Amino acid sequence: MKTEHSRAEMIKEISGVNPLKCMKCGKCSASCPSYNEMDIKPHQFVSYVINEDIESLVKSKSLWKCLSCFACVERCPRDVKPGKLIDAARQIVVRERGKNYLLADDIPELVDPDTPQQLLVSALRRYRR
Amino acid sequence: MQRIGVFVCHCGTNIAATVDVKKVVEMALHEPGVVHAEDYAYMCSEAGQELIHKAIKEKHLTGLVVCSCSPRMHETTFRNAAEKAGLNPYMVEIANIREHCSWIHKDIEEATEKAVILMRAAVAKVNLDAPLKPGESRVTKRALVIGGGIAGIQTALDIAEAGYPVDIVEKTPSIGGRMSQLDKTFPTLDCSSCILTPKMGEVNAHPLINIYTYSEVESVSGFVGDFTVEIRKKARSVDMNKCTGCGVCQEKCPSKKTPSEFNRGLSTRSAIYTPFAQAVPNVPVIDRDACIKFKTGKCGICSKVCQAGAIDYDQIDEIVTEKYGAIVVATGFDMIKLDKYDEYAYSQSKDVITSLELERIMNAAGPTGGHLERLSDGKPPKEMVFIQCVGSRCADDRGKSYCSKVCCMYTAKHAMLIRDKYPDTNVTVFYIDVRTPGKNFDEFYRRAVEDYGVNYIKGQVGKVIPQPNGKLLVQGADLLDNKQILKEADMVVLAAAIEPNPDVRKIATMLTASIDTNNFLTEAHAKLRPVESPTAGIFLSGVCQGPKDIPETVSQAGAAAVKAIGLLAKDKLLTNPCTAHSDELLCNGCSQCANVCPYGAITYEDKEVNDHGVRETRRIAVVNDALCQGCGACTVTCPSGAMDLQGFSNRQILAEVDAICR
Amino acid sequence: MSIEKNEEFRPKIVAFCCNWCSYAGADLAGSSRMSYSADVKIIRVPCSCRVNPMFILRAFERGADGVIMCGCHPGDCHYTSGNYYARRRMTLLFSMLDYIGVENGRTRVEWVSAAEGAKFSQTMHEFVDKITSLGKNVRLEDLRCRN
Repeated sequence: MKTEHSRAEMIKEISGVNPLKCMKCGKCSASCPSYNEMDIKPHQFVSYVINEDIESLVKSKSLWKCLSCFACVERCPRDVKPGKLIDAARQIVVRERGKNYLLADDIPELVDPDTPQQLLVSALRRYRR
Repeated sequence: MQRIGVFVCHCGTNIAATVDVKKVVEMALHEPGVVHAEDYAYMCSEAGQELIHKAIKEKHLTGLVVCSCSPRMHETTFRNAAEKAGLNPYMVEIANIREHCSWIHKDIEEATEKAVILMRAAVAKVNLDAPLKPGESRVTKRALVIGGGIAGIQTALDIAEAGYPVDIVEKTPSIGGRMSQLDKTFPTLDCSSCILTPKMGEVNAHPLINIYTYSEVESVSGFVGDFTVEIRKKARSVDMNKCTGCGVCQEKCPSKKTPSEFNRGLSTRSAIYTPFAQAVPNVPVIDRDACIKFKTGKCGICSKVCQAGAIDYDQIDEIVTEKYGAIVVATGFDMIKLDKYDEYAYSQSKDVITSLELERIMNAAGPTGGHLERLSDGKPPKEMVFIQCVGSRCADDRGKSYCSKVCCMYTAKHAMLIRDKYPDTNVTVFYIDVRTPGKNFDEFYRRAVEDYGVNYIKGQVGKVIPQPNGKLLVQGADLLDNKQILKEADMVVLAAAIEPNPDVRKIATMLTASIDTNNFLTEAHAKLRPVESPTAGIFLSGVCQGPKDIPETVSQAGAAAVKAIGLLAKDKLLTNPCTAHSDELLCNGCSQCANVCPYGAITYEDKEVNDHGVRETRRIAVVNDALCQGCGACTVTCPSGAMDLQGFSNRQILAEVDAICR
Repeated sequence: MSIEKNEEFRPKIVAFCCNWCSYAGADLAGSSRMSYSADVKIIRVPCSCRVNPMFILRAFERGADGVIMCGCHPGDCHYTSGNYYARRRMTLLFSMLDYIGVENGRTRVEWVSAAEGAKFSQTMHEFVDKITSLGKNVRLEDLRCRN
């Protein structure tokens, strides 16, 4: 089991987000379509990463309630992108399970080329749980 | 051979904490020409300067190196100190071991090593320094103010009151600027035009102030004390001397569909127009793009109804050339465009407006006659939502990185005024932070909450969705209650960020005044010279320098005026002696230097020279010291190496390079 | 270990900064405590157009490993047009240096305004990293000048 610190660092690395840039304006939470389903709200993701409390984040309902619509990523005025943070947290869960990942061969050949790749990957991560 | 003294400053602990100053002193004594070296806690202090004075006298120093802060800080201080001790001030060089060394390095060994190298470079340069004498240039006792808003008006009045003539150049048909568009002003709720129009009248009546409205600065040349400026007076199509300002032409004009700039496009105006009723000068302008006469050749009604015969369709742009000693920039601001903020539905709904549009709606002379109503159906709103920080404090390229400073206060003002006049209307403000530093500012904001019941919610709005029933669904978050909020509103007001007037870039380029990445003009020193541009003779007034409210703008305008007066009060200025000079034995008169000189300072003369015993007449470049600003473009262009720059000579810079690479 | 430390490559870097924009930008980097490598030494010139290609060649001759020149942004030159001259000269000089085998990465021109302390520090970081990766300049150094 990795330390909370290294998990937080990994989230930052995967997402490419610097959570310290957040000015706590709450535009992410205001934009979120599944806000009411979440126990940890989008604007709180950032503080969980800053406070290195990844375990709570990983265990939260929010982790799998995020629709990856990326409205928060789109509208964040500070380039913090809570959606990417939660996405990275999901990836940590997947990685920690070990070897339980999607094989390239399993991806159907006829994927609509217009589908944004990021969305596709997020969706795969979400629904193959 | 020079006799050089090296003085190493501790700057308290600013330098001494990371640079081993004793080591620098010790190393300095090994440098060629150095006969004296010492360190002191504060070289710039009276006592420090006294040390320098004593050393110059006792050791008969011919050159000084001061290892201290940036030459931009204290070069003048140490040059003056040298002069007092009888040394030529240009025999002083500064090694910048604070900004360029101690403040950016942590490792003492590394920083000391670098400080020694910087000291060496300065010693190498002083070794080749020669005494220089500044020339003199005259000062034209007239000031130019670019921009006729409250900043420009106040600066012009203050300069004129001191007895110097001032010209104001204003791009639009009337002075007044943004302040004339405002309804009330915080925190006292004075009516904006009630306090502005007397000032506009005063400017208009002042014998020493000349206003060029509907005019733009075309070009600027020259330098501090002696600028030459071309002003383009755009064709007004109305004779300023004949027009009585009766306004009949505007009434009768058949082309009335042009969006009014003054009312932010919320109403229309005629093709011949004055922007607003109290315009100064009260002389209309024909908008040639909208005028039927100019578009089709037919019409001419204004000319027929004008009793004074002031309409002149044949007027053309006129270029006026004037000389000025000082230029004040007061170009002001505009709201940012909101096309990148589609989530707030500004382009989709008429009922989503900016704060400046709300100012016009609230104003009795505005598009709705001062009645608060929805622009879509004219109904009074029952639910109003204000959204703060639209485009301010953004890290991405959609908005501005800075805080626009005035929005929190004007939103509190709007909210308070609406609650006061329409108690049935609920007002909700979505904010990130409420920033109210200023005299009576926080009290004002608290009054809005406590006495007027304005509902402040901490949290930004994510989206505004226009509904089929004409309402606006506002999706926001309350971060303190940890709730998402869906609110139906009748009107949404966006506190859009303010940005410098887009024209300022062009003007800054003409003035060679530096500008930052946000298009704000840079001040010479962030704290100690906030109203001066680094370019001598250029002063900054108002929002062109950074976001500020009216009282701040007025005080800065006064400060800029004082700085300009201080310059105009001088009869002569000392010029920079670091000018170019040509070696007459090397110059072959090829004219390349004159081609690159931006100031036209180089001319050619036939001169008799003595080249190793051979006397002959040659064509030689001669530099006019009064015009040369010392950029050094000619020195690099010269193919024979005849041109050199005093104070930054080829040999000196090479010596610095050598010292650094040693 | 100590031997290794002694042999650690520390590049010599000369930076020419114009007095009005870049030198002030470097001052701002200093007063904002935005650190960069001590290997960079700044020479103040009135304008980037004062930088004679000769100065840069001399720096390489005397063992500099990289030379960077900073000036005002195009259009913002205090002397109206100086940085345009500098830009042309440097383009020619750098392509000549490239031709004689001095890698392009060893020379750089950057426009830094007086308000861009962060950019100055960032640029210096990048440049030092680049020069460190390129290693010692051996092509132009005149060994007779070594002491």
